[in-house]
Amino acid sequence: MSEPVLSVRGLVKRFGGLTAVRNVDLDVAAGEVVALLGDNGAGKSTLIKCVSGVHRAEEGEIFFAGKKTAFGKPIDARTAGIETIYQDLALANNLDVPSNIFLGREVKHRYLGGLIKTLDNKTMLRESRGSLATLDIQFPTLTQPIESLSGGQRQAVAIARAVYWKAQLMIMDEPTNNLGVPEQQKVLELIRKLRDQGTPVILITHTMPDVFAVADRVVVMHRGRKVTEKRTADTSTEELVQYMVGARDDYRAAASVAGAA
Amino acid sequence: MATTDTLTATATAALSPSRRLLLTVSRLWAWLFLLLMILFFVIMVPWLSQGVSFLTVRNSQNILVAIVPVLLLGLGQTFVIISAGIDLSVGWVMSLASVLSALAIRNSFNAGTPLWLAVILGFLAAVAGAGAVGAINGTIIAKLKVPAFIVTLGSSFIVRGLALLWSENTTVVGLPDGIRDYGNDSLFYWIHGEGGGFYFLEPPADLPTQLRRQLDLILPWPVVIALVVVAIAMFLLNRTQFGRHTYAIGGNMQAALRAGIPVDRHIIKLYALSAITAGIGGFLSTLRYTGGSAVIGDPLLLSSIAAVIIGGVSLFGGAGTIIGTVIGALIIAVLTTGLVMLNVPAFWQFIVVGAVVIVAVLIDQSRDLIIGRYKGGAE
Repeated sequence: MSEPVLSVRGLVKRFGGLTAVRNVDLDVAAGEVVALLGDNGAGKSTLIKCVSGVHRAEEGEIFFAGKKTAFGKPIDARTAGIETIYQDLALANNLDVPSNIFLGREVKHRYLGGLIKTLDNKTMLRESRGSLATLDIQFPTLTQPIESLSGGQRQAVAIARAVYWKAQLMIMDEPTNNLGVPEQQKVLELIRKLRDQGTPVILITHTMPDVFAVADRVVVMHRGRKVTEKRTADTSTEELVQYMVGARDDYRAAASVAGAA
Repeated sequence: MATTDTLTATATAALSPSRRLLLTVSRLWAWLFLLLMILFFVIMVPWLSQGVSFLTVRNSQNILVAIVPVLLLGLGQTFVIISAGIDLSVGWVMSLASVLSALAIRNSFNAGTPLWLAVILGFLAAVAGAGAVGAINGTIIAKLKVPAFIVTLGSSFIVRGLALLWSENTTVVGLPDGIRDYGNDSLFYWIHGEGGGFYFLEPPADLPTQLRRQLDLILPWPVVIALVVVAIAMFLLNRTQFGRHTYAIGGNMQAALRAGIPVDRHIIKLYALSAITAGIGGFLSTLRYTGGSAVIGDPLLLSSIAAVIIGGVSLFGGAGTIIGTVIGALIIAVLTTGLVMLNVPAFWQFIVVGAVVIVAVLIDQSRDLIIGRYKGGAE
């Protein structure tokens, strides 16, 4: 494995008396899809929110692209190249595709030495088209509000936005939720394409088929702890389910030591 | 089939032709309604009131002058409502601006300032006073997370009190006479028929009284200023990042935040903008009536919101246009004027405007239904 893009060491996140993430290590290398698997409340979303700057961890270190980081705000993480695609996609459904891809980072014409700035919709449309093309995504029209698009298409817009802004790590939260079967396939295909282009992906999911369809490695969490980490090729659905429900735990000994300390 | 939604078909592109026609009509209904209404009055007014016709130059200019205050309040409100907010303070802010500009003009003129400079000072007082109220509204809404409805309701009472206090009981009088020219002159003048003509900026001084009586004002100054504000508003909303972010905040606040848009600062600007357009309205009314009035704006608030809604701005945020608001204001003004000319008791205008507002929202909702039904049918 090459130098990891993301490296999380001993991360702990507490909410009052509740410890949502306990002492978790996680490595993600370039060109790798890592599935983060776990039941509801296992701590996978909290872990990811610490990485993407939504939460601040109480303990532990996060290294991104070789540098130690502590993002105070989500926008800091995004600027650094960590793009998180949440279930609600964070798209403005009343705006068209280019407006969404360039939201907050619009391309502008400048007049009178920058005194008057207008939107350069032409450039944004062209760039959006290009970005979608690199992912083999085709829409009949890009200039309609995206509320007329299907769930999978909107997912594609969110991914294209991340790709356009040169995301160095893509975190996707349940990307195939609420999608029809053909759309799920299309989204999984996009994830493979991202990996092939060298962008590592962390896939948060509790959908087992997705894990085996795209992930190279799988990390299972249970009650805030990492209970196993396996190559997808070396494991099976049955085994992963046992980890998910807490019947198996590779790190129990280590955890009890940490708990005693 | 569980779903026929695929990555290559969009919902609207696949609508049947009749549905698409229905959709177009529902989008353009405000234009159609305005045209039909004008047509109705053009036919009915001469029929019911002998010798009077609806579509005269004078009447059209009167309608335009009448909509200026409602339109100015509505323009700022359009931005605010697109961002999923509401500004209930603009009526009284307009009153406050009228009082402030009247005080500034009177006091500076009495202190020896030339009239033109006093007028400029009056404009600045109106805009600064109104803008300050708007910025405070926006700050409380954005930073302290108090609902816009509450903040602007509260501030409208405060502003009302200030306007009445500073005007020392409703009106500021004693403004220089020359002010009237600023408020009531127009860009062009026209005299229809023999001996008449078309004049720029001012009519000939030596007009016989008989012709002077036929003088029509084309584009009175308040209308010109309102048109400039309309043009600026269209530019801001359609062409700039400011407009794009306004739509984004109204469409999905979370998305706007995650995209790194400075949402708080934007909201403060929106309420300042809304108050400033109201302030311009107050300034114009001071010129027009040669006096500041602390009660001029209040009755216009709800009309302006009605204009915005008739114009198709969604109260849920994220959708709306400037031209829609202009049409909405026109519909209200044409309706009011037309009914008066039909000798219908003036109070009927309220009943009709109210009905139009509700119908407007129903049509907007039916649009979703037209598309929505298709989506449902695909399953």
